[in-house]
Amino acid sequence: MRKTMDQGPNFSETPHQSVSFDDGLTLDCGRHLNRLTVAYRTYGTLNAARSNAILICHALTGDQYVAETQPVTGKPGWWGAVVGLERPVDTGRYFVVCANVLGGCMGSTGPRSPHDERPGEPWGVDFPPVTIADMVRAQKRLVDHLGIEKLFAVIGGSMGGMQALAWAALYPAQVFAAVPVAAAAYHSAQNIAFHEIGRQAIAADPSFHGGRYWAEGVTPARGLAVARMTAHITYVSEAALTRKFGRKLQGASDLLIGDRFEVESYLEHQGSSFVRRFDANSYLTITRAMDLFDLAADHDGSLAAAFTGTRTRFLLVSFSSDWLFPTAQSRAIAKALNHVAANVSFVEIMSDKGHDAFLLDEPDFHRTLSGFLAGCAEHAGLGA
Amino acid sequence: MNFTQPVRFVAKNMRVDLALIAGMVAPHSRVLDIGCGDGTLIDHLFRTKQCDARGIEIDMAEVTRAVTHGLPVMQGDADSDLVNYPDAAFDYVILSRTLQAVEQPREVLRQMLRISTFAIVSFPNFGHWSLRLQLLFSGKMPMTRAWHRMWYETPNIHPCTIRDFFALCEADGYKVEQWLAADEDGKKAPWRKFASLANFFGEQGLFLLRKV
Repeated sequence: MRKTMDQGPNFSETPHQSVSFDDGLTLDCGRHLNRLTVAYRTYGTLNAARSNAILICHALTGDQYVAETQPVTGKPGWWGAVVGLERPVDTGRYFVVCANVLGGCMGSTGPRSPHDERPGEPWGVDFPPVTIADMVRAQKRLVDHLGIEKLFAVIGGSMGGMQALAWAALYPAQVFAAVPVAAAAYHSAQNIAFHEIGRQAIAADPSFHGGRYWAEGVTPARGLAVARMTAHITYVSEAALTRKFGRKLQGASDLLIGDRFEVESYLEHQGSSFVRRFDANSYLTITRAMDLFDLAADHDGSLAAAFTGTRTRFLLVSFSSDWLFPTAQSRAIAKALNHVAANVSFVEIMSDKGHDAFLLDEPDFHRTLSGFLAGCAEHAGLGA
Repeated sequence: MNFTQPVRFVAKNMRVDLALIAGMVAPHSRVLDIGCGDGTLIDHLFRTKQCDARGIEIDMAEVTRAVTHGLPVMQGDADSDLVNYPDAAFDYVILSRTLQAVEQPREVLRQMLRISTFAIVSFPNFGHWSLRLQLLFSGKMPMTRAWHRMWYETPNIHPCTIRDFFALCEADGYKVEQWLAADEDGKKAPWRKFASLANFFGEQGLFLLRKV
C-alpha cells in the first residue's frame, strides 16, 4: 500500500500544468529517466515570429509560480515585482515561461515522482543525482515543445543564474540575452559547507528514515526546517538582520528565562513555513546539483572556454552585501566573458539586503534589468 | 566632499568630444570606450554609425545609468581590466579624458593597442598657456575648467602635455594617424601643423594611434 508522504496541506493533491516526454531524459550521471515531466507556467503572449519568449529560471526553493499566487501556499508569486504587466519583465510585451526544475517538487520529475522501476512508489532518495545542465536540458525540451526556436532572454537569480549561465554555454545560438543575477560560475567551498549542514540536519531527523519517510507516512520536518533556517541566514546580511531585529526581545524587555530574541522566532517561522511547501528529498537533490555546478571544470578549467564565440548579450548583476554569491563571483564571470570579447554589461547594485536582494524591492536592479531588456529588444529587432 | 575616499573617476561632459571622436571612427566597427561615463558616446556610435560599441566605467552609478539606458557597459578599471580582453578584439578602443587619471598610462596604452587596431586618446593638455602662466606667476598648482580639483584630491594623477604625448608615442612605436588640439568646447584649434603652438593654445589633445 502506498501511503501519502504529505503531512503538509494539499501538497501532492495540487495539480500543476505540465508536459510529459515519453522518451525521457539522459542525465549527466549517465542514467536515463524513462519519463520526463516538466511543470511550467506561462504569462503573456508569444508573438507570431515566436521571438519574444523569456525563460525565467527559479532558485533552490523557488518554483514555476513566478508571477501569480502559489497554489500550495496561497502566497504571491516569488518574483511578482520583476515579472508582470509593466514590470521590468513586461508580460504585455514578452512571453514569459517558468518551469519547475528537474528534481523539484512542484510537478516536474523529481524525488516525489513515480519510480521508473517501481511505479507504485516515489523515487525518494533513489532519484538519480542531477546537475544544473540536466535542469537546463529539461527546460530545453519544454521550450522546444512550446515551438520556441530561440529565447529572447534567459533570466535567473542564484541557482536560476547558474541555469542562465548553463543555457548560454549549452545553447548559445538559442539565447539572445542571458541575465545571471546574484550568481556564480561554481559553488564555493563555503556554499557547499552550508548546504552540507542542511543535508546533515535532514539526515539526522528521526523521521527521515533513510529517505524513505514517505513509506512511514511522516516527513523530516524538523531537519528540513533547520536546513532552511541555516540557509536563510546565508541569504541575508548582518546589516539587514540588525536593522530588522537587532537584539530585540519578543514580549519582554529583559532577557528572562523563556524569552526569545525576535530573530529566533523569525528563523523558526522561516523553517516551519518552508516544510509545508517543500520535499526533503527534493531539497537534497537540488542542493547537490548546485554543489556540483562548476562551469569552468566542464571546459578544462577555463570559464572563458564555456563561452567561446558566443553572440549572446549578457547582463551580470550582483548585490554589494551578498556574501553567499559575492560580487567577486560575478566579476570573475565578466572577466571570462571579456576573454572571448562577449557583449557584457555588469552592475553591482548597492544594497544591504544580502543575497535575498534579488527577490526584494531594489529599484536600481529593476531599472537596470528593464533598460537592458529594452536595449536588447532594439538589437533583436523586437518592436516596442 | 569626502576626503577619505580618493576620487577615481573623471566627471566629463561628453558632448564636447563627441563629434570629434566619432569623426575618427569608421561605421560598423567594433568599439570599446574605456571610462565611458553614462555611455553617451557608445550610444551615439551605435545610433549614427551602427557600431558594435561597448563600454567600461569605474564609477558604478554611471554604469547603472548606462545599462538602464540599454547600453552594454560593465564596471571595470582601465588599469587592471584591459588584460582580460583577447588580442585584436576591437577596431577602436577609446580613452577619452581618462589617460591622465589612470595609474599606469603607458601600460594602458600598450594594452589598448594590443586589443584593438586603433586607439583614440584624448586628454586635457597640461601645456596650455593658462596653466603655464598660473604656475609661473602664482607658484601654485593651476586651476582651470579642465583642472578644477585641488592637487590633493584630483583624480588626474598623470598630467601630460601634447608634446609629452608625442614623445611617448615615438618611444613606444605608435604611429599618430591623426591628431588635433581643441578647446574645452570641442572646437578644433587651428594649429594643426605646429605641435608646439597646439601645445600652447590647445586645451585638450586628441590622437588616433596605431601600432607601427
